[in-house]
Amino acid sequence: MAEQVQKESMFSTKNIKLLTDPIGRDNPITVQVLGICSALAVTAKLEPAIVMAISVTLVTAFGNVIISLLRNSIPQRIRIIVQLVVIAALVIIVDQILKAYSYEVSKQLSVFVGLIITNCIIMGRFEAFSMMNKPWPSFLDGMGNGIGYGMILVIVAFFRELLGSGTIFGWEVIKSIGLYEIGYINNGLMILPPMALIVVGIIIWVQRSKNPGLIKD
Amino acid sequence: MNTNSNSYIFIYASVLVIIVAAVLSTAATLLKDKQLQNVKNEKMQAMLASALIESTPQDAEITYNKYITEEWIIDQNGEIVDLYKAGAFEKGSNRAFYLNLKTELFKKSKSEAFLSPLFVCQVDGETFYIIPLLGKGLWGPVWGNMALKSDFKTVKGVVFDHKGETPGLGAEIILSDFTDQFIGKTLFDDQGNFTSIKVVKGGIVTLDPDKQIHGVDAISGGTITSMGVNDMLFNCLENYVPYIKSIK
Repeated sequence: MAEQVQKESMFSTKNIKLLTDPIGRDNPITVQVLGICSALAVTAKLEPAIVMAISVTLVTAFGNVIISLLRNSIPQRIRIIVQLVVIAALVIIVDQILKAYSYEVSKQLSVFVGLIITNCIIMGRFEAFSMMNKPWPSFLDGMGNGIGYGMILVIVAFFRELLGSGTIFGWEVIKSIGLYEIGYINNGLMILPPMALIVVGIIIWVQRSKNPGLIKD
Repeated sequence: MNTNSNSYIFIYASVLVIIVAAVLSTAATLLKDKQLQNVKNEKMQAMLASALIESTPQDAEITYNKYITEEWIIDQNGEIVDLYKAGAFEKGSNRAFYLNLKTELFKKSKSEAFLSPLFVCQVDGETFYIIPLLGKGLWGPVWGNMALKSDFKTVKGVVFDHKGETPGLGAEIILSDFTDQFIGKTLFDDQGNFTSIKVVKGGIVTLDPDKQIHGVDAISGGTITSMGVNDMLFNCLENYVPYIKSIK
């Protein structure tokens, strides 16, 4: 193990980059194109999107820490199984907590909480990062990726809820500014899953036009 | 230590699984009461909603206790075997709220003696009777509650819910577009014969005009779910016919 001997500050530039990179130029959804299925499924409304974002962030961050702590003891041959056990355990805990404290949201998210287990972002971070790094950088990496994922979810959900249902967090924005009276109607297409892909596509377009370095041949 | 030896792998996997099992069972045990309360609140809210009373998860229990004044359990001959009123038993010792409808309907399907729950709801001096419903949809169970007016004939309101019907098709049974059709429909014809409420494929316009009061339009593209609702209504509502006839 080639770990650094000298003490590094907790918020060194390198560590901060672990947190901020996945939010911007190495975003799991828009750049790595991972975790797309759940981005379609839970973004019709803002509330479940935010709960999903928080859940995935917690699972990635703490899963990364656990894997990182265990990294030297995990037998190579069963490492994927060990990673899956850790993810599954964390996801079930999240699911149980939601059922206890946020029952309505847990019903809306239904199977998608369980499906966090199959979210490739989490497995990807375990394999690519926390198996080779110390707990603290792993935690930051997990937080960064979770937030990067969640941020896209929230942006997509904001537009889908506003344009599709005319509400934000269930509050009737369009009605209160009186757009319906002059003939505006909600776009029902926004509620359907394909529009999530199109909104994600637009975000990718905006991001790449601002950051040409991301464009590959 | 050789982390790739077989014995190490076996021991590692066993220890890991035992730790995870312990953590998960602790979490499940600690959160169980809260989760059961949520399920209970949901059941209360659904019952209140069928009588068109609004409630939130927070005030579900208070609202329930305020409006649902009596809980009855009726046997298949129409006798009231348990009566729970204002926190005390006037008859028997079981609360209808905790009666397992699934078990009772299963007993019925095997032609054994079974029981049916009934809830009495008082709103602004009016009395409604709430009947829980349970049946099969296309992909899983469908259930709901129907509130009848004090004539035991006219529908005050109904709510449905489902486990996993197809979104946009069968799942539409929970929407007011579907459930509002039931309001004002009747379960008995003028001669007092039980008709149930039929969910009609092709719409109630295909029925004779005098039968339209006992039917609602099915959901296009959701035929199997609609038929499931139809069967559920018949199967659950007919259990109360002996009681209703006995009081007429």
